[in-house]
Amino acid sequence: MIGNILLRSAGFRFAVIYAALLVASAFGLAFFLWWSTAGLLDRQTEAAIQTDAESLWEHWLEDGMRGLVATIEDRVAQNIDDDAIYLLVDPQGRRVAGNLERWPTAVAEAGQVFELQLQRAGMRSMARVQRFDVPNGYHLLIGRDIQLRLQLRALLKNALLWAVTVVAVMAAIGGLVVRNLFRRALHSVSVTAAAIAAGDLAQRVRHSGRGDEFDQLADVINDMLDRISRLMDGVKQVSNAIAHDLRTPITRARTRLEDALLHAATREELQAAIERATADLDDIVRVFQALMRISEIEAGSRRSSFERIDLAPLLRGVEDMYGVVAEEREIALAVEVPNQLNAYGDAALIQQAVANLVDNAIKFSPSAATVRLSAVVGPTGIEIVVTDQGPGIPKADVGKATERFFRGESARSTPGAGLGLSLVQAVAQLHGGALRLEDGTPGLRAVLFLPQADDAT
Amino acid sequence: MRILVVEDDKDVAGFVVRGLKESGHVVEHADNGRDGLFLAASEKFDAIVLDRMLPGGIDGLHILETLRGQKNAVPVLILSALAAVDERVKGLQAGGDDYLTKPFAFSELLARVEALGRRGNSEGPVTRLKVEDLELDLLARQVRRAGQKIDLQPREFRLLEYLMRHAGQVVTRTMLLEGVWDYHFDPQTNVIDVHVSRLRQKVDKPFPVSLIQTVRNAGYMLRAEPV
Repeated sequence: MIGNILLRSAGFRFAVIYAALLVASAFGLAFFLWWSTAGLLDRQTEAAIQTDAESLWEHWLEDGMRGLVATIEDRVAQNIDDDAIYLLVDPQGRRVAGNLERWPTAVAEAGQVFELQLQRAGMRSMARVQRFDVPNGYHLLIGRDIQLRLQLRALLKNALLWAVTVVAVMAAIGGLVVRNLFRRALHSVSVTAAAIAAGDLAQRVRHSGRGDEFDQLADVINDMLDRISRLMDGVKQVSNAIAHDLRTPITRARTRLEDALLHAATREELQAAIERATADLDDIVRVFQALMRISEIEAGSRRSSFERIDLAPLLRGVEDMYGVVAEEREIALAVEVPNQLNAYGDAALIQQAVANLVDNAIKFSPSAATVRLSAVVGPTGIEIVVTDQGPGIPKADVGKATERFFRGESARSTPGAGLGLSLVQAVAQLHGGALRLEDGTPGLRAVLFLPQADDAT
Repeated sequence: MRILVVEDDKDVAGFVVRGLKESGHVVEHADNGRDGLFLAASEKFDAIVLDRMLPGGIDGLHILETLRGQKNAVPVLILSALAAVDERVKGLQAGGDDYLTKPFAFSELLARVEALGRRGNSEGPVTRLKVEDLELDLLARQVRRAGQKIDLQPREFRLLEYLMRHAGQVVTRTMLLEGVWDYHFDPQTNVIDVHVSRLRQKVDKPFPVSLIQTVRNAGYMLRAEPV
C-alpha cells in the first residue's frame, strides 16, 4: 500500500533512480579498482614464476643438474625479500636444493598453479607454487610467498567495501534531497492547478526567478491559463451578450407579432407586421452569426488554414468594394498599398477585418472627409492603417471599443451591432498581432498589426 | 426543374417543398437519409437540396459522397445548421455545389437552387451574353446596349456578367458577394446596393427600358419586364 503510493510518486522514483545510479557506478568503480590491483598482483606472481622456470631451465641445459642446484642456492641466498620459494627433489622425493623442507602433498600435477598454506621457517604463510618436471625423475617447485600480497588485498577489499557503503548512504541522502527539490519545484504548479480546479481562475504558477526549466514550464502553464481564461471570458461575454443584447431585438420581433395578432385589422397590416418581424429576426441571426464567427476565430482553429498570401490585391479588393460606397457619401477613399505585401495568415479573415475597419471609417466620417487605407512593412511586421476624420473614440472608451456589443456615444445613431472591432481584434490576435486604436486628431487611426511570421514555412 | 428535398424537419421541409412548388418546380421529398439516398441514386433530378444532419444512420455528407462516388454530378445545395467555415469547407469538399446555413430566407434558397439547376444545363464556354438589346462580349471585354458602347470598370463588368449569366433568375446580395467579390462574410453596409445602383446608372439610365430589376426581400434580376 505505502509502497504503491511511493512508487506512484515521481519524486520518489527520481530519488531511487538517482541513488541506484550512484551506487551502481560506485560498485563499477570498486570492481575496476579491485580487478586492476588485486588481479595485477596475481598476474605478476604468475609471470615471476614463469620467468624463474625459464631461466632455471636454461641453467640446466647449460650445466646440467649441478648448474641447476647452484643457481637455486644462489637465488635463495640473494633473495632479500625472502618471498621466493624453490624446492628441487630427487625421484625418491628427497630434497636436493631449495628453501622448503618437504614437498607439499597437494602439488601433484605439473604445469598447474596451486595456492596453498606452507610452513616456512616456523611461520605459516600463503604461497603460490607451480611444479615443473626436470629430466631424470627430478621435480622442481617454484613459487612465491604471497602473504604480504594477501594482506594488501584484504586491506583493499575493506577499503572498497567501506567506500561503497559510504556511497550508498550518500546516495540515500542525495535521493531524499533530489526528491525534495523535485517536490518543491512542482509544488507551485500543483498548488496553482488545485486552486484552478477549485474554480479560482486568477491563480498563476509562481516563478522561482532562476529562469530554469521549471520557470519555463511555469511560463507555458501560465500562457495556457491566460488563454483558457480569455476563452472563458469570451464565452461569458457571449452568454451575457445573448442574455442582454439579443433580448432587445427578440422582444421587438415578438411584440410586433403579438401586436399584429391582436390589433391588425387588415390582411395588409398583418403582412407588413410579419415582414418587419422577419427582418428583425434576420438582424438577430446576423448578429448571432457575427458572434459565432468571432468565437470561431478566437478558438484559434482557423490557424490550420494559414498560408502565404499577398495582401496587396486583397487590400485593393477592399478599395474596390468600398470605393463606391465612399463616393456615394462624398468621402474620398485614399489607398496607399505597395505592389506586393507578403504575409502569412488567413486571407479571408484579414480581408474581413480590413473591410470592417474601412466600413467603420466611412460610416463615422462626415461628408467631404478623407478615409485613408495604407499598409507599410515594418521591421517586425505589417501595419495596415485606416484613418478617418470622424469623431474618434474617447480615451476612456478605447479599451472597451473592442468588446462585443460596445457602442460608443457617437455610434448611437449609426447602424451596427458593435461587433465590428471585436472581430478585427480577434483576427489580429489569431495572427499573433494586435489592433491599436489611436488618436488621429481628428478622427480615429486604427492600426491592424500583423507580425512577420519567419518561422512559418 | 425536378428537385429532391432531403430534410427531416417537418416544418422546414414543408415550407421548402411548398415554396419550390409555387415557383413552378416538381418536388420530391425524403425525410431520412436512407430514402434520400435511394431517391437520389435511382431517379434523375435537376438539383438536390440536402440537409446535413439526417436521421436513419445516413447523413447528408454520406449521401453526397456516395452520389459523387457513382459519378452522379447532379447539383447539390447543402442546407445545414453547421455554420462554421470548416463545416462549409467540408461540405464543399464532399462534392456540394453550394452551402446555405440555417436559418435561411426562402428567396435565398430558391435563387441558389435555380442558379444550380441552370448551371447543370449550360454546356461549353460562353463568349457572348445577350439579354434583350444588351450584349456582353467576354473576349473583347466590351458591353453594348442598342449598339451603343458602354464603358464599365472591371468590377462593374464582372457584376453585369454575373447578372447576365443568371438572367431571368433572382440573384441575392449574398450570391453577388460570393460570386463577384469572393466575400464570404456580411459586409454590414449595403455595399451591393451601391454597386448595383452604379451599374444601373450606366446600363439602364440612358435607355427607355430598365433591365436590372430589384426583387423585394430577395435581390436583383436581369430581365426586360419589371417584377
